[in-house]
Amino acid sequence: MKLSLADLLFYAVAVATLATAAYAVFTRNIVRAVFSLLGTFFGMAILYGMLSADFVAVVQVLVYVGGILVLLLFAVMLTANIESARLSSPAAGWSWGLLAAVATGIILLPLALEAPWLQRELDVAGPGTATIGRSLLGNMLLPFEAVSVVLLGVVIGAVVVARLRRGGQDGEVQR
Amino acid sequence: MHGHETSQVIESFNLLWLIPFLPLLGAVSNGLAGHWLQKRFGEKAVHTIAVGLPWLSFLVAVVAFFKLRSLPEGALLLDRLWTWVAVGQFHVELAFGMDALSAMMALIVTFVGSLIHVYSIGYMHGDESYFRFFTYLNLFMFAMLTLVLGDNLLLMFVGWEGVGLCSYLLIGFWYRDLNNARAGMKAFVVNRIGDFGFLVGFFILFWGLGGSWGEGGYHLGGQASLAFRELPALVAPLADKLLWGVPLATLVGIFFFVGATGKSAQIPLYVWLPDAMAGPTPVSALIHAATMVTAGVYMVARMNFLYVLSPAAMTVVALTGAATALFAATIGCLQYDIKKVLAYSTVSQLGYMFIGVGVGAFWAGSYHLLTHAFFKACLFLGAGSVILSMHHEQDMRKMGGLGRVMPLTRWTYWVACVAIAGFPIASGFFSKDEILWRAFDSAALLVPGWVPWLLGFVAAGLTSFYMFRSYFMTFTGETVKVHGHEPEEQRPVVTGVLVMLAIGAVMLAFVGLPHLWMHAPPALEHFLAPVFAAAEELPRAGHGHGTEWGLMLASLGVAFLGLGIAWWLYRGRKNPLPDRLRQAFPRLHRVVYNKYYVDEIYQATAVRGFLGLSRMNAWFDVHIIDGLVNGAGTFTRALAWIDGAIDTYLVDGAVNLVADSIRAAGARLRRIQTGRLPAYLGGLLLGGVVLVVISRILIDIYG
Amino acid sequence: MIQVGLQHFLMVGALLFCLGILCVLTRRNAVAVLIGIELMLNAAGLNFIAFARHQGDLAGGSLLVLFVIVLAAAEAAVALALILAFRRQVRTLDVDQIDSLKG
Repeated sequence: MKLSLADLLFYAVAVATLATAAYAVFTRNIVRAVFSLLGTFFGMAILYGMLSADFVAVVQVLVYVGGILVLLLFAVMLTANIESARLSSPAAGWSWGLLAAVATGIILLPLALEAPWLQRELDVAGPGTATIGRSLLGNMLLPFEAVSVVLLGVVIGAVVVARLRRGGQDGEVQR
Repeated sequence: MHGHETSQVIESFNLLWLIPFLPLLGAVSNGLAGHWLQKRFGEKAVHTIAVGLPWLSFLVAVVAFFKLRSLPEGALLLDRLWTWVAVGQFHVELAFGMDALSAMMALIVTFVGSLIHVYSIGYMHGDESYFRFFTYLNLFMFAMLTLVLGDNLLLMFVGWEGVGLCSYLLIGFWYRDLNNARAGMKAFVVNRIGDFGFLVGFFILFWGLGGSWGEGGYHLGGQASLAFRELPALVAPLADKLLWGVPLATLVGIFFFVGATGKSAQIPLYVWLPDAMAGPTPVSALIHAATMVTAGVYMVARMNFLYVLSPAAMTVVALTGAATALFAATIGCLQYDIKKVLAYSTVSQLGYMFIGVGVGAFWAGSYHLLTHAFFKACLFLGAGSVILSMHHEQDMRKMGGLGRVMPLTRWTYWVACVAIAGFPIASGFFSKDEILWRAFDSAALLVPGWVPWLLGFVAAGLTSFYMFRSYFMTFTGETVKVHGHEPEEQRPVVTGVLVMLAIGAVMLAFVGLPHLWMHAPPALEHFLAPVFAAAEELPRAGHGHGTEWGLMLASLGVAFLGLGIAWWLYRGRKNPLPDRLRQAFPRLHRVVYNKYYVDEIYQATAVRGFLGLSRMNAWFDVHIIDGLVNGAGTFTRALAWIDGAIDTYLVDGAVNLVADSIRAAGARLRRIQTGRLPAYLGGLLLGGVVLVVISRILIDIYG
Repeated sequence: MIQVGLQHFLMVGALLFCLGILCVLTRRNAVAVLIGIELMLNAAGLNFIAFARHQGDLAGGSLLVLFVIVLAAAEAAVALALILAFRRQVRTLDVDQIDSLKG
């Protein structure tokens, strides 16, 4: 029954992550939700680190926190003064949502706990960034390039979707 | 005179067919091209064909006659053309046969017929339908010759019908006057009734011949032939066969005679003949005096072997003839239209002929046929001459004194009157007297012989009276004027014929001079004997020569009596007695003058009855049959309406029900499509969870 | 059991996933829905890494999660653009009112 430090750290981080996530889910204030999501993302990164996935952890911080979170903030800011006061009252299908979540949970949790997962030991002390890099440009080249194309498409698409039409409502930038 | 041939000599004579067919050729050519011929070349072209051909036919008939004379007694000239009907054992040929009787008839028809054709050139001159008249006249000749020369009953019947048709066509020749058309129709319809009777007789005869009579009765399927040369043998067994309790021979004889009453204008079917005077006078002369009306007499004479088997039938024939002779004579006494007088005279004289054949004196009846043809034709044509000169006036009361201006017509008419009245200087005396003597002497009937004799005797007196009455009224007295000037004699075309006929009327006496005078059988009787062989067996009363002389003198006396009374009443037309008599007995006069109202009786009964029947049938048709048809239609419509209702409410209802339920279900299900994405996502997740659970359960169950 | 092993990580991932579902299905704000989606993606990524780590193929798992993250970012960008476009058209971000698919 001796808890190592790592375990304790794990539990702490896990709880923190879950707590912030729960806050983000349940708070009515959208801005606060976004900001608490920040905590969640950081917690995720640490958890990645605990699993020896250092590269992923860093990428998580870079992309999620630095990118997505910023995007969310922009979204919130840009739409703040238009939307109605009630940010999120319970939706009409609130009970259904709860049911779905609970049902999912009921499935997943016992599964997680009791399934006899196959476990193997790592052969080396975790792959380094170099390994990943070599993979990306090696046998993972195609997905890599594909993702690049996707990103390109996304950039273009986002611009197209979000651009102002002629005589647009914000009245500023035409075409 | 006994011992007839048991086997008949039959000689083939291939020209016989020309006799009927030459006139047919004339009819066809004038019928098809006559109108054009008449327009282009005038009347001459038409009558050259139409009159020449019957004379040619006469020529052939004369040749045939001499050929027949060269053969032994009882010979038959036969010309077989082809087989007409061949059904099982029933064979009928298209064949013409000439024995003594047919020869006599053919000569009469062709000679008198040709003379009348010549006469018609004058009489019909100027008529716009000149060619049509000759077409019909030729057609008639064809039909009549087929009738007399036909070798079998069927072919004879073809001619029989044909002359009826031609009679209709010719009576109604001037059809634009509706009365003429009506007269034609009356003739045809009454004829038809007679023909119906004839056909019934025909069927019975054929039925009788076609079966075999064995012990068990009648069996179908025997030997049937209708040829006259074969019938006598076939008919003989029919004497005692019964049908409906009556001997077959009697039935056939009576039904055939019904046809004869129609064709030969006896009671009760004589009513068409007076009306038939509406036709042109040559028609009256040819058809209704000399030839067509004698067809009935010819038929009975031809079928003599049948009639001798049945005293009942013979009695019917003789008595009907006698009654008709008297009846018609009484009517003729009071008529004023000259043609009507002659018409009733014809009916009366035909009655005499039937007396002759009815009592078994077949040759006598045929002889009277021969003499009558000449003197009656002469009388009619003479009347025609008078009518022409009087500009188509026919009422004798408006005539008078024509004898002075029309001598030829007058003297020929007088000769014919003498003949018909029965004076020994002309042929009529001999033929009529022979009939009356044989009637008196007959024992073959069911009634004593003197019954038909008496009727005929009285009728003879009346005949003399009314004929001379017509002569005196027309030709004596003051000459009347027509359209301001006196009438004139006709052209030689007309008068020449009259002269020839008058000569014939006198000369024919010589063929019939009685046994009493010549101590030898009359030439004609001898000539016709083989045909009438069957009649020799008939029983006779056996009166002696004394009775015969007495009867002869009595006939002569009554003829003089008639002449005397007519002389007294009508000569010079000065005697007021006829008028006073008429005023004294108005009702009697009216009845007789109106022909005893027979026509009116027929109209009220038969005609109205028939029309009523047809009206009833029409009612039945309109109400019941049409009602049924309409009912079927209505029923079908109702059925269709039901179908429609079923379709609308049941079928469409079912279809609509399906559609509505689907729409309702859809409306409800549509609510799932909220359009809200989160809901969709929720559904997705839920579905996924459910699947996992199910698979888990399944894995647990099935391992 | 107290010893941290695979199951713990999996549990955390499961809980995060459920939270994400809840967020997506329950919230009316479109941005909140986006947040929920990100949560779910993160939870999935955690699961991947956990499995990879404990089954010897960390490289593969890392790569996968790398891609997931990248795509999540791309998707967030698109989502933002859509949200902006929506707001201009419909003048609200209430997902309950975006129901033109209703039928």
